[in-house]
Parts: sequence; C-alpha cells; structure tokens
Amino acid sequence: MHELLIIAGVLLIVLNIAAGLIYVERRLLALWQDRYGPNRVGPFGLGQVIADMVKIFFKEDWIPPFSDKAVFVIAPGILVATLLLTFAVVPFAPGFNVFDSNIALLFFLGNSSLGVYSIVLGGWASNNKYSLLGAMRASAQMLTYEVFMGLSLMGVVMMADSFNLTGIVEAQRHGWFIFPQFVGFVIFLIAGIAETHRVPFDIPEAEGELVAGFHSEYSGMKFGMFFVGEYMGVTLVSCLITILFFGGWLGPAFLPPVVWFFLKTGVFICFFILLRASLPRPRYDQLMSLGWKILLPLTLINILVTGAVLIYLQ
Amino acid sequence: MFSILRSLWYTFLHAFHKRETILYPEEKPYLPPRYRGRIILSRDPDGEERCVACYLCAAACPVDCISLQATEDKDGRRYPETFRINFSRCIFCGLCEEACPTYAIQLIPDFELSEYNRQNMVYEKEHLLISGTGKYPEYNFYRNAGVDMGVKGKGEGGNEHPPVDIKSIMP
Repeated sequence: MHELLIIAGVLLIVLNIAAGLIYVERRLLALWQDRYGPNRVGPFGLGQVIADMVKIFFKEDWIPPFSDKAVFVIAPGILVATLLLTFAVVPFAPGFNVFDSNIALLFFLGNSSLGVYSIVLGGWASNNKYSLLGAMRASAQMLTYEVFMGLSLMGVVMMADSFNLTGIVEAQRHGWFIFPQFVGFVIFLIAGIAETHRVPFDIPEAEGELVAGFHSEYSGMKFGMFFVGEYMGVTLVSCLITILFFGGWLGPAFLPPVVWFFLKTGVFICFFILLRASLPRPRYDQLMSLGWKILLPLTLINILVTGAVLIYLQ
Repeated sequence: MFSILRSLWYTFLHAFHKRETILYPEEKPYLPPRYRGRIILSRDPDGEERCVACYLCAAACPVDCISLQATEDKDGRRYPETFRINFSRCIFCGLCEEACPTYAIQLIPDFELSEYNRQNMVYEKEHLLISGTGKYPEYNFYRNAGVDMGVKGKGEGGNEHPPVDIKSIMP
C-alpha cells in the first residue's frame, strides 16, 4: 500500500511538473524578453495549462496515410515510457523513491539511450524528408553525447563508490560533488541539454530549417507526448544534476528534504529555460566537433585525474 | 565560452527590466494625432458639410471601399446624398484623406472597429459624419477657393485673385 502511494505520488508529481512547465516556460521566456506571456486565463494565467491540455486533447489526431502506421503510433509512447521508467529510480527524499536500485545510474543511462529509438522511429515512420533529416541529426547527436554523458558521471561514481543514487547523495554529506567534479558537472550539463534536445542543442527539431524535425507529421496528443516528453526530460536531467552534484535532498534542517530537492531542481529547470531564452543554435558540424574533439577528451582527462587523486589519497 | 556566459547573464538581467507589453483592454496605448484609424467626415466651422462629393476619395481608394452619390441642394451646393465606407475592406492607407480637396474625409486615432456581424462593418453617412471640424479647426474650403456659395464673393477667397475686368484695357 505504501509503495503504491509512492508510485502514484511520483507519477502525479512528474506529470504535473511536466504539464506545469508548459506554463512556466512561457512565462519565464516572456519575463526574459520583457513581455508578460500568458496571463489571461485564471489567476496569473495559470488556467493556461488546462486550456492548452484541453486544446491538445481535442485536436485532430491525424495519422498520415503515407506513414508506417504502427511505428508512427508507438514512437511517442516510447519516449514517455522510458522517461517515466527512469523516474522510478530517482530518490526525491530518503525513502521517497519507487525502486532503490543499486545500479540506478546505469538504469538512467540505459533508458536515455532507449529514448533515441523514439525519435529515430518517429522520424523514420513519418516518411517525410524533413522528419528523416531530423531523426538522423537526433540519432547522431544523441549517440555522440551519450558517450561522454556516461563517462562524465564516472568521476562522481568513483568518489561515491556507488551506482546507487541514494548512496551518491549520502556521500555528499561533507561537500557537494560540484566542487571536486566541476568539469564533470559542466560536461554532464551540456550532455544533458543535448540528450533532451533543448535549445541550443535542438537541431533535431530546428524549426527554422526542418519545419519541426522528427515530429513534423505529429499532431494532437501524439505531438503532445513528444512535448511533455521533452519537459519530463528537462525535469529528469535537472533532478539528476541535483542528485549527482548538488547533494540531492541534503540541506539545512529548517526545510524538509523534499522541499530542498525540488528547490534545487527548480533552479536547474529555470536554467534550462534561461538557456533557451539566450542562446542561438550551433551548426550541426560544430555540435559534433564540439562533442568529439573537446568534450570527450576533457571527460577522459577528468576520469584520469579523479582516479589518480583518489588513489593518491588512499 | 565567455560570450555564452555573458549572453546568459545579460538575458537573466532582463528579469529586472520593465516589461514592454501594454495590457491592452485595461490600458490603452498612446496613439499619435496623425494615427490612421477610423474614417470620419467633418464639417466646416459654420456647421456645413465639407464634403463636395467630388469622388476623388473613391477614385483614390486602392481597395474600392468608398462609395458615394453626389447631389446638390437648392443653392447649387454639392454634397453627398449617400456616403458609404466598407471598413471590412478598408486598409487604412489614408489615400482618401490625401486626395480630399476640402479636408472633409479624415482618419482619426481610433482602431476599435470590431463587430460580431460583418454587415455592421459597413458605415453609412450618418455613422461617418461628425459635428466638429476634425484636425483643421479654422478651415472652410469655400473661404479659400471655389464657387460662390454665399460664404464669400467671387474672387475674394484666400487663394484667389480678384477677377479680371475684361472691359478694361489695363494689363
């Protein structure tokens, strides 16, 4: 019974945050562009979330006759499913997680790799040149950035001596990992943005060039699932940054641990939106060369140095 | 790298800037006096219609949204019998105002022309004609030029020379 409550709670929190981000992102982007954003529906425009949801549910859900129908329908589901599965291992507070896995970090990395399938299959099944180009870019980008996304976390794993996220948070009682693992943090942040393909790494979508990239042909709630999936990805990466580098739920005792966790996560979600408000999109080849020529060597050096220091201290 | 961080910081600082948006229905924007909005027909300072029904506005209108019918009163003064502007066609270019020789047709700073029924966008003469002089308070066309309408004698207008005495031999 207790576990069922936690599962329901996590689902409720994650889906509500993902839906609420539609509103939060529009308001914050407006704030940083000296506008107001949606402020008409309900108090502070909060009803905009409901209005958007109602709208997207009632839109025509068109499956193109030229598409590969089965794959076309499954693709957005894969994205949401993998992301929701990953949230199963995220500890929001001590004891407040669905599944306390001892390989939680590997589980996250594996699931985020599976997420690529959603985009590649979606772009392929759309049977549309722009979608295919978007999917190709997405697969190349996500495969590239996955390599050192995993590697950048190895420094944290070495210092915490654990793949268990709860264990990693507990290991930060005497200092957050952001200080010794600053390079790892920066690289994980960049890779995380690329994994969720948010601006500035949104070249799979690139609405200026590719209509809407891999989801050009999607409409109605199928598009909505890609949309919500993107926001869930942002939430997930923010949660993981909090857990891995900023001490998770740890904080001064005047606030309960869950509040600390969500405060820290919220800061990173806002940072993701700030990135979108301020940075332009790099060219495709610039993105790839940044990944392979700069970030990958940096990650490897980071692992080497971390390992050497750890051995020296032993 | 530095420029990326700098642009992030500058964008963040915009959180403390004043918002440019004017929350329209509650707060009206400032419209300059020459703003080209709703079209009106004005009267001269004596309270007569300025319009002499010359059709120049209808001819100048690029979307043909003005239609009128000229007629004369008992003194022979021309005026429009009907004057109709279809605001669902009007593009508010102001060419009618430029074409008007008597400053009768004017565009004023008012853009709130919404209607639920498209037919209501067609304004008749009684909707267009106002009691005042609009942007040119002192101007009366017949005082400056044109035929004698009881406002001035022949050749006494502001832009006129006295008529030539054809019986005289003086140059």
